[in-house]
Amino acid sequence: MKPAPFKYIAATSLEHALALKAEHGDDAKFLAGGQSLMPAMNFRLAQPAIIIDINGIEDLAGIRPSGGTTRVGPVTRYRALQRDAGFAQLFPLIGEALPHIAHPQIRNRGTIGGNLSHADPASELPAIAVALRARFRVQAAKQERWIEAPDFFAGALTTDLKPDEMLTEIELPLAKPRTGSCFMEIARRRGDFAIVGVAAMVTLGDEDKCTAIRLAFCGVGQTPVDASPVADGLIGHTLTEEALRDAAASVQAMIDPGGSVHATADYQRHIAGVLTERALQTAHQRVHDGH
Amino acid sequence: MDTDHHEITVSVNGVRYQRRVESRLLLSDFLRHDLALAGTHVGCEHGVCGACTILLDGEPVRSCLMLAVQAKNHEISTVEGLTNKDGEYHPLQQAMHDHHGLQCGYCTPGILMTMTAFLNENGSPSEDEVREALSGNLCRCTGYQNIVDAVMSAAERMRG
Repeated sequence: MKPAPFKYIAATSLEHALALKAEHGDDAKFLAGGQSLMPAMNFRLAQPAIIIDINGIEDLAGIRPSGGTTRVGPVTRYRALQRDAGFAQLFPLIGEALPHIAHPQIRNRGTIGGNLSHADPASELPAIAVALRARFRVQAAKQERWIEAPDFFAGALTTDLKPDEMLTEIELPLAKPRTGSCFMEIARRRGDFAIVGVAAMVTLGDEDKCTAIRLAFCGVGQTPVDASPVADGLIGHTLTEEALRDAAASVQAMIDPGGSVHATADYQRHIAGVLTERALQTAHQRVHDGH
Repeated sequence: MDTDHHEITVSVNGVRYQRRVESRLLLSDFLRHDLALAGTHVGCEHGVCGACTILLDGEPVRSCLMLAVQAKNHEISTVEGLTNKDGEYHPLQQAMHDHHGLQCGYCTPGILMTMTAFLNENGSPSEDEVREALSGNLCRCTGYQNIVDAVMSAAERMRG
């Protein structure tokens, strides 16, 4: 058999799952879509003593509007997000990124909460969560807290989650009016991990001057990288080609990609600059196109 | 550690099976070893190659990334269920044969399960859509062109 032995428990409710996690802590892993955990277990890189299967907990899946935000359950599968046309319209960054996430068979099974909790720095959704200023509801058996997206990602494959906690809800704020967004990535093949990916949002005000900007990257650090602060120079200005070139140069100076066998750090930095210009340009254009 | 076992009932190609499985048994190995349905092939066993693709409640998934115990009370379809009662090929199986869509055939069951589900959802696909749908299945022999031709041809035939 591929995985090492473990005890399997199908949780019947969130309370049940959290009680089990409180009891077993780091010895236990939650099993959501399993598209990252199962490969790690098949390689025996992960050898949890207890698997708590949360797929049967219906309350944990679904998309719910909530005031000015949308709340997504952690066991909502990529495919369910793709099939919900209204959701992709509200959050075009996610709609645009989903086809880049692995392949159809993986998207039929993989979940948003599993993806975020796995915290792969090359993964698309953590960077998008940072760009969208998402908030994460995190629950333990007896308490809960909310974490802002950038504070959730502590390092490569590492989150702020404590051994007894579960990510139980992802809150996505709606974009301001006159906001355009764009997700782009470069990978060796469609569906591969990103060499660099970027999520960009541009909000325009009077005379089409930029009033807000968001820029977050995947694949260029140990966590998703929020480059919004270095693009702040664009606020109050018209997004000319020159201004975008300057923003790209600031991003290139800020990031510190690690490089890999597939792409040197210099190449990643170059691509990050190119994608910054293209994504901001496209996001800007989309404000005018009305999507 | 004591081995951890579970009783499961699962429907595969419309036949109900009741079995006792160890919790760490992968669904792919359950199908092949416990049910002797060896048409589902096992390649990489970490979700990359697509050879083990089966339908879970009608949707293509990697059977190497699921535990057999997770299939409890679900409906599974495998390549063994593609032919009709008289043993006649599914239109995509026939088209793969006609267009030389396989050489060694190792990837074929996974491709058939992925692409028959795709054709049920999209009866008039473009070639680009076919390639996108096929992107999670590796084939080392054919270069894919003949597989794409077969899927396009099967789509046409299924439209009637």
